[in-house]
Amino acid sequence: MNCAAIKQKLAAIGAGAVSETDYARKGFALDVQVAPEQLVAAVSALDAEGFFIEAVTGVDWLGEQAALRKAAEAKVAAEAKAKAEAAAAAGEEAPPAESAAEPGELPEDALEAVYDFNHYESLCRVTIRTRVPRSKPEVPTISQIYPGADWHERETHDFFGITFVGHPYLVPLLLPEDADYHPLLKDFRP
Amino acid sequence: MSAFAESEAKETFVLNLGPQHPATHGVLRVKLTMDGEYIAEAEPVLGYIHRMHEKMGENRTWAQFLPNTGRMDYLHALAYNHGYVSVVERAAGIEVPERAEYLRVITAELNRVSSHLLWFGAFILDLGGFSPLLYAFDDREHILDLLESVTGSRLTYCYFRFGGVYNDIDDNFVPGTRAFIKRLRERMPMYHNLVTKNIILMKRLQEVGPISAEMCRKYGATGPVCRGSGINFDVRKHEPYSIYPEFDFEVPVYDQCDSMARYMVRMDEIEQSLRIIEQALDKLPEGPVMAEKVPKILKPSKGDYYHAVETARGSFGVRVVSDGSNTPYRLKLRSPTFSNLSLFGEACQGMLLPDALALMGSLDLVIPEIDR
Repeated sequence: MNCAAIKQKLAAIGAGAVSETDYARKGFALDVQVAPEQLVAAVSALDAEGFFIEAVTGVDWLGEQAALRKAAEAKVAAEAKAKAEAAAAAGEEAPPAESAAEPGELPEDALEAVYDFNHYESLCRVTIRTRVPRSKPEVPTISQIYPGADWHERETHDFFGITFVGHPYLVPLLLPEDADYHPLLKDFRP
Repeated sequence: MSAFAESEAKETFVLNLGPQHPATHGVLRVKLTMDGEYIAEAEPVLGYIHRMHEKMGENRTWAQFLPNTGRMDYLHALAYNHGYVSVVERAAGIEVPERAEYLRVITAELNRVSSHLLWFGAFILDLGGFSPLLYAFDDREHILDLLESVTGSRLTYCYFRFGGVYNDIDDNFVPGTRAFIKRLRERMPMYHNLVTKNIILMKRLQEVGPISAEMCRKYGATGPVCRGSGINFDVRKHEPYSIYPEFDFEVPVYDQCDSMARYMVRMDEIEQSLRIIEQALDKLPEGPVMAEKVPKILKPSKGDYYHAVETARGSFGVRVVSDGSNTPYRLKLRSPTFSNLSLFGEACQGMLLPDALALMGSLDLVIPEIDR
């Protein structure tokens, strides 16, 4: 089993983006972005190749869309400014500033579930990511494939509020049994 | 094997093991559904000392999180130091001087020996033998003295820094460590005569608490637990970090899958760690112990980074997500015992309660690391 083989298999599933990362720089070999509905197929492929599960966790990308838009607007503004300066230098009249497009609704920020896999025999760390909207964070469970994912998913549910659909026992693991908060969300206030 | 499965009428009762129980080595509660003396179901209940280290990581600078790492696995704190500094060095592209890497390996391996010695004593204590604990603590005390002279603390070490270590060793450290290695090598045959070859211990451990290789894979078990099930997996060999490739050492693997196999793996690992320390002391180069030009305010470039190290209990991985600022955006701590304990519920089904306690002891639990 090598990394190339599993890369092909994952690509065959139709996983959005399977990219090889610089292992020495990043510490993992394959970075796979899948849609939530492809997750079970991708994890089954890893299971068939004999991977073991390292961990499941999440990342809250609150504010990412706003930051992306701000960066895009700054880029547009910089380009317009450069154009105006070039025009002024050439002694021409500045072209009329393009009216900025009406900013629409911001797309919703995402919660990302991150799955780490590793192999006992060959060195190939695979990271699978799937993104779900913050208002409806639902990801299918993989605990029927890897029973070890059971606790990891419960922990991720504790910390991020991601619902693992089909999980047999999604109650708080590390937080108190009546906890109704998710401390690793970026807008969590104690 | 399981007496309860055969009887039609199910008369079970619930037994709480813990949260305060000497065999759980900390505040772990196991909700046991018992059928007479046999376990029908076991559900570990976690979180009694959950401190949310991952959130703390998001609220302080990269360097301010360093002391936290020593407070998760308090028995092998230096490996946790090592995992965290390595991932940040990887993210920020910091080079570490050679002498610092040697000191890291020497101290981390000494710490591994001390962790195994404490496990050894506590494990035998679980099984009802009191005196080995006293012998093990006697030996462990020498390691704590050595490490105290270098790191300044005896348990929750915070010795490693980004780009090196905080303090160079003093003149007594090298001879003191050599003397300790000699001493422990002389004591190991005694441990084996006193404990390993003891018929009571053999009867308690052999063919008890089977964990198959497939179960290890499905639950992500690492460290001595998977090596006792015939899986040759050690991060130091599998994914070499620091200067481990320079040393000649073996990875003890036993394939009996029982509690005895896990016991033997750890006992053999003590000798292998001593070999690494000995070679490192022989080769210890001169030079600085801190890299020059480590920025005061660290701002690793955007992206996420992973680094794993081999602790006394298995593979400890840190995933950091950096947004380019002076605090981590996300810090995931993958602790080995969390995964190792998660298989307990399945592994102990149908076992006698005392055998399950032997199995639990052979997993080498450190609760603050599970709960984080």
